[in-house]
Amino acid sequence: MRAELPRQNPIPASQYAAVSDRPKPETETYMYVYDEYDQRIIEDRVKQFRDQTRRYLAGELSEEEFRPLRLQNGLYIQRFAPMLRVAVPYGQLNSRQVRKLAQIARDYDKGYAHISTRQNVQYNWPALEDVPDILAELATVQMHAIQTSGNCLRNVTTDQFAGVAADELIDPRPWCEIVRQWTTFHPEFAYLPRKFKIAINGSSSDRAAIEVHDIGLEAVYNAAGELGFRVLVGGGLGRTPVVGAFINEFLPWQDLLSYLDAILRVYNRYGRRDNKYKARIKILVKALTPEVFAEKVEAEMAHLRGGQTTLTEAEVHRVAKHFVDPQYKALSNQDAELAALDKEHPGFARWRTRNTLAHKKPGYVAVTLSLKPTGVAPGDITDKQLDAVADLADRYSFGHLRTSHEQNIILADVEQSQLFTLWGELREQGFATPNIGLLTDIICCPGGDFCSLANAKSIPIAESIQRRFDDLDYLFDIGELDLNISGCMNACGHHHVGHIGILGVDKKGEEFYQVSLGGSGARGASLGKILGPSFAQDDMPDVIEKLIDVYVEQRTEDERFIDTYQRIGIDLFKERVYAANH
Amino acid sequence: MQRIIKNNEVIDETWHLLPKDATLDGISNCDDLIVPLSLWRDHARALKVRDGGLGVWLDADEEAEEIGEDANQLQVIALNFPAFTDGRSYSNARLLRERYGFKGELRAIGDVLRDQLFYMRRCGFDAFALRADKDPYEALESLQDFSVTYQAATDEPLPLFRRR
Repeated sequence: MRAELPRQNPIPASQYAAVSDRPKPETETYMYVYDEYDQRIIEDRVKQFRDQTRRYLAGELSEEEFRPLRLQNGLYIQRFAPMLRVAVPYGQLNSRQVRKLAQIARDYDKGYAHISTRQNVQYNWPALEDVPDILAELATVQMHAIQTSGNCLRNVTTDQFAGVAADELIDPRPWCEIVRQWTTFHPEFAYLPRKFKIAINGSSSDRAAIEVHDIGLEAVYNAAGELGFRVLVGGGLGRTPVVGAFINEFLPWQDLLSYLDAILRVYNRYGRRDNKYKARIKILVKALTPEVFAEKVEAEMAHLRGGQTTLTEAEVHRVAKHFVDPQYKALSNQDAELAALDKEHPGFARWRTRNTLAHKKPGYVAVTLSLKPTGVAPGDITDKQLDAVADLADRYSFGHLRTSHEQNIILADVEQSQLFTLWGELREQGFATPNIGLLTDIICCPGGDFCSLANAKSIPIAESIQRRFDDLDYLFDIGELDLNISGCMNACGHHHVGHIGILGVDKKGEEFYQVSLGGSGARGASLGKILGPSFAQDDMPDVIEKLIDVYVEQRTEDERFIDTYQRIGIDLFKERVYAANH
Repeated sequence: MQRIIKNNEVIDETWHLLPKDATLDGISNCDDLIVPLSLWRDHARALKVRDGGLGVWLDADEEAEEIGEDANQLQVIALNFPAFTDGRSYSNARLLRERYGFKGELRAIGDVLRDQLFYMRRCGFDAFALRADKDPYEALESLQDFSVTYQAATDEPLPLFRRR
C-alpha cells in the first residue's frame, strides 16, 4: 500500500531498500531494541528510585517531597495498596516482555495486571518497598515505568495497527520512539503545570484519537512530496474536555523535536499553576487563542530552528530500521477458504467480522484479543493469560504484540490460513469474545473499586451493561458503538468521546451516573452532550437499553448509533429515557 | 554560615540575598548582594557603582527577557523555586545561558532539593542554595544520578542522536 503512494520520501528510497534487505535482527523483535545508552538510562533510573524509596522509608524524604518522585515512576498510593503503572511505549511489546509482566503479576501482585486506556500496564497490589525490585526486573527486558504519571511528559501513544494497517501513510512507530527518547528525563520539562500527553497518527483513519491530546501529530506530505506533520495542540479530556486546534499544517520532520521544545517551553512558562483544574495546555491555548499560541511557538522557533536538535536522516534511519517488516511469506488472501469456514462455524464468522482487521500484506490479518468478556473488569488479564498471550504471539505473530487504548491486545501479523486454529486457542483462553467495537467492548477506568480519585465505581456498571446485552445476535445487530465509562471527571475512561459516555458522580455521598451521547475520538472528534439528570447504578442497564431502542427504531440502513444520533439529535433519546420517571 | 553547592563542591555562602521589597535605603556598599529584579530595574546605575559584587534574583513568574542582554553585567543571577514542583525557572535558566549567553553564576534558590539538582544543572545552574533543612553534602550525590542524557541542553549542546 505504502509503496503506491505518490510521494517522495525525505529519506532516499535507496536507503529504505537497504534497510528492508538487511537480515533479521538477532533478537527477532520487530520493535525498537535498546542500545547500551538506552539501557544505561533505565538502569540509572532504577538506582535513583531505589535510593529515593530508601530515603522515603527512612523518613529523610517527606510524603510531599516523595510524591512527585514516585508519580514520575508510575507509582500511586491507592485505595488499598499502591498502583504501579508500567510504560508500554506506543503499545508495542514482545513475548519476552509479556512473560516478564506475567512473572511480576505472580511474584508481586495478586496474579493479574490491567491494560490501561493509554496502552500501559497497571498492577494494583504491589508493595511500595518492592517497587525498586520490580523496576529492576522490568529493566532486564528493556521496560520501565518512567513518566507514566505526574505533571510531566507522558507515554506517547499511537494506532495499535501501526505498521500493518492497510490505510497507513507512514509507520508512526519510529517517530513515537524518537519522541519517547526526547521526553525521557527532559530536564526543562520535568515539572510542568500538569500532565502532558502526545499522540501520533500515520494513517488516513485516526485510531489514536490525536484530537483529544495535548499535542496531536499527524503525518502528511506536502505538494513537493516531503514528509511533515500537522500539529494540533490543546486537546484533552478530563474536567474541561476540548477538541484541540491545528496550529501548523506542515511541520518539516526535521523540525519535529525543536517544535516540541518550543510548544513545551511556552506551556511551561505560561501555563497556569494556581489552579490544577486550569493547568492543562488546553486552558492556555483557549485563553490566548490558538492563533496567538501559534505565534508564541513560532517566536520560540525563530531561535531554535536549525539548532542541534534538528533531526537527522541518520537518526531517523537508526530508529526506523528496528521497525522493519517481519519475514512475511509470499501468500495470497484466503477469501474462499475463510468464507467456507464461516459457513460451517457461525461463531468463527462472527468473531472474524468483529475481531480481525485487513492487513497490508496478502494472506495476513491482524487479530484483536478481547479483554472484555462479561464478568471480568475491562482490560484485566491474569498472569496465566499473559503467558498464554506470549506463547500465542510466538507461534502466530512473530513474537510481537500490541496493546490498544481500547484496552485489548492485538496479534498484528497472523497468517489467514492459521486463523481458524488460532480462534480455537483464543476461545480456550477466554480471548475470543466477538465484541470488538461493539457495545460490550467497553472502555472503563478501574473506578471506585481501586482508584482513590474516583467518585463512583465503574467496573460493576460495565458488567451490568454487558449482562443486559448478552445476546450476540442483538449485539451484532446494534453494530459499532463506543461505550466509555469513567468513575470521575478525570475521565480516564474517556467518557467524553464515547458514542455513549457514562460518568460516575458523587451526590451527597451516593454514587450516580451521568450519561452523555454523541462523543467520538475519531477524525473530526466530538465531545458528548449530557443527556440530563444522572441515574442510580441499578437503573443503568435500563437506561442504556432505552437509548438503544430509540436507535434501533430510528436508524436507517447502515447507520451506526453515532450516525443516527448526529442526524436526529438528542431529544428523542431524552424523552424515552426520562419518560418512565414521570 | 550557610553553605551552598557551587561547581560540584560545598562552599561557604558569601552573598546576601535581599528580599523582594528591598530598597536602596541603607544598602551596604561593600557586601556582595543579590537584589530583587524590581530594585535592579529601577536603580541599576546606583547598584553598579557600589564596591561589592552584584547579582539579581528572579522569581518564577518573572521573565529572563527582563534581564536579557544585560545578563553579563551581573556576577550572579539567582532563580527562585517557590515550590520544587514549579518548573518555570528551568526555562528561565536555559534562556539566560543559551539565548543571552550569561557566563556568571546561575544559582537555584528557594525550595531547592537534591532530587531536582540533576535537571537544574542540565539547564545551566552551577550553584545551588539548598533549602535550609537539607544537607548539601548528601545532595552532591544526586548530581551524578544519570550517566547518559538524550536531549541537548545547556550542559551538553548535542542531543544523544548526534553523539551515539
